[in-house]
Amino acid sequence: MNNTLNETGHQGALRLLLSAGCHSIPHALRKSAMVAAWFAFLTFPILVIKVNTIENTVAWRWENMLAIAVATFFGSYVWRWLLARKEIKRDEAKRESVAERLLTKVQSHPILKLAGLAAIAIPAVLYPQVFDLYQTNIMVSCLVFIVLGLGLNIVVGLAGLLDLGYVAFYAVGAYAYALCNLHWGIGFWTMLPLGAALGTIMGVILGFPVLRLRGDYLAIVTLGFGEIIRLVLENWGDVTKGPSGISNIARPEFFGMKLTIAQSTMYMYYIMLGLLVLTIFCVSRLQHSRIGRAWLALREDEIACQAMGIDKVKTKLLAFALGATWAGMAGVVFAARTTFINPASFTFWESAMILSIVVIGGMGSIRGVIAGAIILILVPEYLREFSEFRMLLFGAIMVMVMVFRPQGLISAKRKIYTYKGTSEAGSGQ
Amino acid sequence: MDYFLELFFGGLTRGSIYALIALGYTMVYGIIELINFAHGEIYMIGAFTGLIVAGVLTALGFPEASILVIALICAVIWSASYGYTVEKIGYKPLRGAQRLSPLISAIGMSIFLQNYVMLAQTPDFLPFPALTPQFDFMKPYSAVMNSSELVIVVATIAVCVGLTLFIKYTKLGKAMRATAQNRKMAMLVGVNVDMVISATFVIGSSLAAVGGVLIASHIGQINYFIGFIAGIKAFTAAVLGGIGSIPGAMLGALVLGLTEAFATGYVSSDYEDVFAFCLLVLILIFRPAGIMGKEKTQKV
Repeated sequence: MNNTLNETGHQGALRLLLSAGCHSIPHALRKSAMVAAWFAFLTFPILVIKVNTIENTVAWRWENMLAIAVATFFGSYVWRWLLARKEIKRDEAKRESVAERLLTKVQSHPILKLAGLAAIAIPAVLYPQVFDLYQTNIMVSCLVFIVLGLGLNIVVGLAGLLDLGYVAFYAVGAYAYALCNLHWGIGFWTMLPLGAALGTIMGVILGFPVLRLRGDYLAIVTLGFGEIIRLVLENWGDVTKGPSGISNIARPEFFGMKLTIAQSTMYMYYIMLGLLVLTIFCVSRLQHSRIGRAWLALREDEIACQAMGIDKVKTKLLAFALGATWAGMAGVVFAARTTFINPASFTFWESAMILSIVVIGGMGSIRGVIAGAIILILVPEYLREFSEFRMLLFGAIMVMVMVFRPQGLISAKRKIYTYKGTSEAGSGQ
Repeated sequence: MDYFLELFFGGLTRGSIYALIALGYTMVYGIIELINFAHGEIYMIGAFTGLIVAGVLTALGFPEASILVIALICAVIWSASYGYTVEKIGYKPLRGAQRLSPLISAIGMSIFLQNYVMLAQTPDFLPFPALTPQFDFMKPYSAVMNSSELVIVVATIAVCVGLTLFIKYTKLGKAMRATAQNRKMAMLVGVNVDMVISATFVIGSSLAAVGGVLIASHIGQINYFIGFIAGIKAFTAAVLGGIGSIPGAMLGALVLGLTEAFATGYVSSDYEDVFAFCLLVLILIFRPAGIMGKEKTQKV
């Protein structure tokens, strides 16, 4: 194996691909054949046979077995190659990818940075003017998911607390707006900060008892909490109207003017854009603040962190509550946008989706989360015929990302502080 | 009184199924400290395999009695294979990675398997044939307990006793306990740790498959989503008993099953799942180590 790894050039790369993780090419072939046979066996009952228990008929779908065998035969090559590549990368010093280096270069140069920002901001502002209602609508939902992802990023990415019930806070915000609007006619703009505050309060209430727990317990408790909220919404029919949901929720008003649907979608887009900018601003400021550094430290090592005098519970609670704040706010926007909500919008899948945005994009990285949301929301939107396979692919990608690229698409980078004393002392260090 | 007994035996049946699933969670956690989120899906795959095999055998005209046995054996074989494969793909490459990584990988696995079954089979509920035989001697008691409940309870007891003896007296059982205590040390004294971990997944998955087929035949319908709730509840049971402890998982499952049965029977059936989650939250807050677990001190 070592021989092949040390070779360079095209031939070496090809041989590495053909015999990845094995002594020789025949060995690799044998291995892949075994993998294919194993998967053909494994998927045999579920993928091949389909029974109809009422009429007692059986359908055999042998073509699926063939497809799986062929796919896993080649898949196992890619798998071993990726594993071998990961081994090599580990030996080398951690190198940044070309895109990352380019980004750093752009960011370090003030004019380039400004140009880069403009290149993003101008299309973002013009988007609803150029594209039609349908496209704008998709973009709004993408923006909502970016905000949710950034909120969850505080909890999972920065503080390292795995929250699987994030959608509960989103539901709280949405239902708060729907109910207040229904009963008391409270408007969108009043409710936006109130929804955020409610999210925070819920975050504190839930966070306070559970944050003493170790990471994996926290995951389960938050998951349970998310389900409790959904079940309560479903069953407490007197207040929440149960599974049929609440309809006719008011859209946001523009200084008392009633807007048409097209106008209001455009308006919604700009509200979300503003909210996103606010979120990015807050999160990036938080990230490099004292609290942000405390979160990172806590994520890395709790005990060392406590020894340094960081209040573990308070810091974690802050992350949890701040994450919930954004979910509450996004919930209000969601209710106002769709004008109809029911508990089916707040299942575990929603939480899993937001989590995969954060994980696939890159935990702790703002750019990563944005990229993740754009890929995970927009790509399935345009590949409609593919949408059945969406969750299947998400699951698979989550595993693959964890195995081969745990830092996500765009990895988070620690802020580097340069010493601003005398230049000799700085360079001498 | 009859109502009480009916609830009691209903709770016992639930508890038995939870125990069969919870054992898989607790064994895996005991050895590699990972919450295997995909475990509920393995249980669901067991139920589906049982259904498919039973369907094929019925169509081929096999006698009733043999169908349950063959379906059970097939479900165990395939579930164990799935458990083994999941570990090899999703968890093994992540040994030594950060704590969150295998957990997220497990969630990914769970999502993948659910959607795989949904796409390969059907998103709707499938009727599951009643495979368990109806005993004549249970007829007088049919108001409080039926035959399939008896089969479930007896099978669970048999499996639990078998597992306890296995862990205690066989070489592999010893190796498992050694690995759970200290993986590095076990490696040094010659335990093949990779094999032990695989074996743990295989055993845990087999138990879940037994539970899956039995409960599906008792309730009479399955869909691709059953593993999610069952998985969370079984995990609750494992935590309740003290995660990592095998007798703890059995006890916890029993407590959870009975609590649920009485709560739904006497309080409200709408909130069936809420009780389990509330119980979970309460235990974790007041006694995170569970009933039989030992409080671990964190060392630097």
